[in-house]
Amino acid sequence: MATMTLVQAIHDALGEEMERDPRIVLLGEDIGKNGGVFRATEGLWERFGAERVIDTPLAEAGIVGMAIGMALDGLRPVAEIQFADFIYPAFDQIVSELAKFRYRSAGQFTAPVVIRAPSGGGIKGGHYHSQSPEAYFIHTAGLNVVMPSTPADAKGLLASAMRDPDPVIFLEPKALYRTAKGEVPDAGSAVPLGKARIVRKGSDVTVVTYGATVRVAEEAAAQAEGEGTAVEVIDLRTLWPMDIEAVIGSVEKTGRAVVLHEAPRTCGFGAELAALIQEKAFLHLKAPVARVTGFDTPFPYALEKLYLPDARRTRNAIAAALSF
Amino acid sequence: MTVTKAEALDWLRKMSLIRRFEERAEEAYGQGKIGGFLHLYIGEEAIAVGAMAALRPDDDVLTHYRDHGYVLARGIDPKRVMAELYGKATGLSKGKGGSMHMADAKHHLWGGYAIVGGHIPLATGMALANQYLDLPRIVACFFGEGATNIGTFYAGLNMAAVWKLPLVAIVENNRYGMGTAFERVSAVSAVYQKACVFNIPAVQIDGNDVLAVRDAVRDMAERSRAGGGPQLIEAMTYRFRGHSMGDPQRYRSKEEVEAAKARDPILLWRRSILENRLATEAELQAIADEADAEADAAVRFAEESPAPGPAELCRDVLIPEQESDVPEDLS
Ligand SMILES: Cc1ncc(C[n+]2csc(CCOP(=O)(O)OP(=O)(O)O)c2C)c(N)n1
Repeated sequence: MATMTLVQAIHDALGEEMERDPRIVLLGEDIGKNGGVFRATEGLWERFGAERVIDTPLAEAGIVGMAIGMALDGLRPVAEIQFADFIYPAFDQIVSELAKFRYRSAGQFTAPVVIRAPSGGGIKGGHYHSQSPEAYFIHTAGLNVVMPSTPADAKGLLASAMRDPDPVIFLEPKALYRTAKGEVPDAGSAVPLGKARIVRKGSDVTVVTYGATVRVAEEAAAQAEGEGTAVEVIDLRTLWPMDIEAVIGSVEKTGRAVVLHEAPRTCGFGAELAALIQEKAFLHLKAPVARVTGFDTPFPYALEKLYLPDARRTRNAIAAALSF
Repeated sequence: MTVTKAEALDWLRKMSLIRRFEERAEEAYGQGKIGGFLHLYIGEEAIAVGAMAALRPDDDVLTHYRDHGYVLARGIDPKRVMAELYGKATGLSKGKGGSMHMADAKHHLWGGYAIVGGHIPLATGMALANQYLDLPRIVACFFGEGATNIGTFYAGLNMAAVWKLPLVAIVENNRYGMGTAFERVSAVSAVYQKACVFNIPAVQIDGNDVLAVRDAVRDMAERSRAGGGPQLIEAMTYRFRGHSMGDPQRYRSKEEVEAAKARDPILLWRRSILENRLATEAELQAIADEADAEADAAVRFAEESPAPGPAELCRDVLIPEQESDVPEDLS
């Protein structure tokens, strides 16, 4: 066990898996000689060489497309998209190509590509350095979508992603890169994809969330506890395929659910979560499933604090569910 | 020289203003008054100033995110630019955009763009509209050399060439895309050579020489305006600061940066003015003082301006009134 930040955990997972599996090759903009904008790949170019840590041109469609080809022919590419906001030039390669191999080849082959991308707000990055694009990828059949919220999960989930036979969109909450610190198990341990984590147990209301808003949920839950409300917080960790049992099991117990994420509300992942909960736990519900989300606006520079869901808005939703 | 005294001093004044403005922005960033990303243009001022001197006020301009220089060179009030950096309600976009998206429709400045290369096809479209509407305007599209490796560069310039559109692409080659030297990631590292795939005229110029920039942009803009189709200019330059704030710059040596500073575009132009006896030292000092004062005034204005109110969050969108969980002060 060692204590480290979330970005160090990412770095360690990359290094350890590269040691373990020579097929792993990293590629992306400024990841090699420069160590990556968030320094997630610092030192790996020196350690593994320019052939395994490839500095690419600024060309996201090229990066992802190339990663797909590498994967089809037996490598294990891990592509870094510098910010999730820059993934759209590669969107076609992801949605039209990457996601479809298992299905369209009737299981003959898959493309085991991991795409890492720093996601979400909290660094005053404005319109194009703050967005949360998870819903687009969840909507696309064939992609695993993962977002850790702790260093231990970051390391363990990334290790699993690199060992998975199918593509993984691995979204890293950049606001937590250096602010989330915690114990991380030593080499070799992986956290399985598809399993949620119960962050906190409670019997009155379930908050389902992931990534940077996990700590928002924890803060709201701690405040609510002072008023005698026991909030259960679930960190999905893998957004898709999701751990539906964990969510439904909790909602059957509490009868109330609040879904919480940074991404805009309309057609956000919260909409799917709300639909699933009402389909599978309708008769247990004592209140409508509430959504606490970002707004249906571009991500603002000056008004970022207001845009991001906080403990106050989460508590309001919890209170509304309780008094429904 | 083929410049008047008034022009020469105007260019020096504008370059000095950009420099001083950005130095003040850098300080404010250090004090936490400006957040997020701040890409400084220091060292590259001659390109924006030379180009704007060549363009007409109603020519359309699109730029990449390293955009403070263009905005100031275009004559937009530095106060409103600084206020945007501070995220204040008096900023060009009421603080909602920040450093990278400065836009002012009145000045035909359609914004800085942060998706690298994303604005190149937009420029093609504006050029097509100008041609379609029979307007005498051209479009000037600025971007870094890094953008010439992404597909939109090829899509945009090819279409402009097919339809002979009035577009001048000005590529600022400062040798590094963020932390990667261009020749490490580009099969062809002289950008002007890439123009051959579109079969359009292209030149490579000294981007630190404001007069060379003015002349090249003027020639190419007028050729394009006269029906000559798109043109490409590669302006060689160097950024003196990191890519953005907080860049440890491990990809280049201190010696390299210091050597490049010997060709500081402001120093070069100052020297040229004196050598050609266009002005006295005292006149040049007055210009520097004026730039200082203007930058100070911009900072003061930004500091004293109010932040945008919460209601601004959901303004300028399709559905202005949003959901029940908005903060109660967000009416
Ligand atoms: C599509 C896209 N990919 C990546 C980035 C991240 N990024 C921003 S600027 C930059 C380097 C661009 O270099 P260049 O075009 O030469 O312009 P310069 O910054 O040198 O002015 C990178 C990689 C981005 N903004 N957009």
